[in-house]
Order: sequence, then structure tokens, then C-alpha cells
Amino acid sequence: MVPLTWYVVLSAALFSIGLFGVLSRRNAIAILLGVELMLNAVNVNLAAFWRYGSDLTKMTGQVFAIIVFAVAAAEVAVGLALVISVYRRHNTVIADEIDLLKW
Amino acid sequence: MSLQQIIFLVVAAATVGSAIMVVASRHLIHAALWLVATLFSVAVIYTLLNAGFLAVVQVVIYIGAIAILFIFAVMLTRRDMRDTGPQHNRNWWLGALIGLVTFAGLFSVLFFSSAFNKTPAPLPAGYDAVSLLGDALVSPNAYVLPFEVASVLLLAALVGAVYVAFNRK
Repeated sequence: MVPLTWYVVLSAALFSIGLFGVLSRRNAIAILLGVELMLNAVNVNLAAFWRYGSDLTKMTGQVFAIIVFAVAAAEVAVGLALVISVYRRHNTVIADEIDLLKW
Repeated sequence: MSLQQIIFLVVAAATVGSAIMVVASRHLIHAALWLVATLFSVAVIYTLLNAGFLAVVQVVIYIGAIAILFIFAVMLTRRDMRDTGPQHNRNWWLGALIGLVTFAGLFSVLFFSSAFNKTPAPLPAGYDAVSLLGDALVSPNAYVLPFEVASVLLLAALVGAVYVAFNRK
């Protein structure tokens, strides 16, 4: 059987890649892609801890994962709507150029 | 090494490889398609974890809705589909450093800790994860309140998204 360590290390790798994407990409949509990778890493952790937990009749891990799915869907819908709105007004999706609130 | 471990290693390599392509790909539409590959590999990981419902939800919601939404957003925010200029900002090496340090820190904690070095209990006979999950989601002494709050959150987010993206002209 696969040890739990492998799942959490995979999740850590996925999270770090997503973190790099969030910190380094210029395009606002690409930043949201990085956020999706991080949310998926969290979900892998939740499912793995559910499976390797002591009581399989408690579904807490899977319920948490489903709540994370719902929050991710809401986050992507609002985030992409904001990106499209900013693109309409300022004609750019580059995060560096959206600096209206920067002094 | 058992068959399950080999399958896990192959799928994990596919997950990490396609995730790297998501953050490194030059064309945004390619990055979105690589994200679909990553999400599909994660669905396979859920199947390996006996979380079949999560795998189906992953394919239906993440690939069917979220990835398609990304592709539509890429389409709506580019006059031509080609991306010009560098895709990473000036401080990308700092981001890479922070990502590497995060991974190294997590790896050293997780890999050398004995708490995570365990194997799963075998599934009991006649175990039905989906009906247990359904019970947990609607049972008053389990998670019915977070479930309903999540539905309100989704409704509010979708109304807000329509309002923000609405073209008033």
C-alpha cells in the first residue's frame, strides 16, 4: 500500500508549484491558475487524511473537500468576473499595470 | 513495490509535471489546458484513495466548469490569442526561491516525521462511502449547516460575478 507520506509530499509539491505561479506570473488569469493548484493540493491532503484516519465512518475529510470545491467555484467565478471587468475598463490583464490604488 | 505504488508514482509524476507546465507555459491557453491535465491526475489520486465521489466531482466541477471558465476568460481578455512580452515578472526568481523553500521545509517535516508513515486500514465489508457522505452532508448533527452556508455562498458569488462582469453599455 502507498504510505501517507507520499500523498502529503505530492500535496506539498503541488502547493509549492502553485505558490510559485501566484508569486511570479504577470497575467492575472495565470495567478488564478496558481490559486487553483494550491486549492487542489489542500484537497489531496483532506482526502488522504480521511482515508488514513482511524474511523472510516466519519466523513469529515470528504465533507471538507466538498466545501473547498464550492468555495473554489465561487472564488473562480468572482475572480474571473473581476479580471474581465478590469480588462473592459483598463484594457489590460497584467497585474503590474493594474496600479490604480498604488501611490 | 506493489502495483498501487507504481500507479501512484506514475500519476504523481504526471500531476507534478503538468502543474509545472501550468506555471511555466508561455501561452495562457496552453496553461489552462495543462491545468485540465493536472486536475485529471488529481482525480486519479482521489480514486486511488477510494474517494470515488470526490473524483467524479473533480471531473464534473473542476474540469467541466472551472477549467472551461478559465478558457472563456482567456478568450475574452485577449484581442489575439498570442501572448506578448515576458510571462513572469521581474522578481520571478524570488517566487521560485520562496516556492522551493516552502517545499523543502514541508518535505523535511513530512518525510522524516514518523506520524505520516502509516498504511491505510482496509475498507470494511459492504462499506459505502457515498451513502455515508450523503448522510453526513444532510444530517442535522453533522454538516447540514456548512452545506447550506456553502449554497448561499455560491448563490451570492454567482450574483456578484454577473453584476461585476455585466456590460452596462
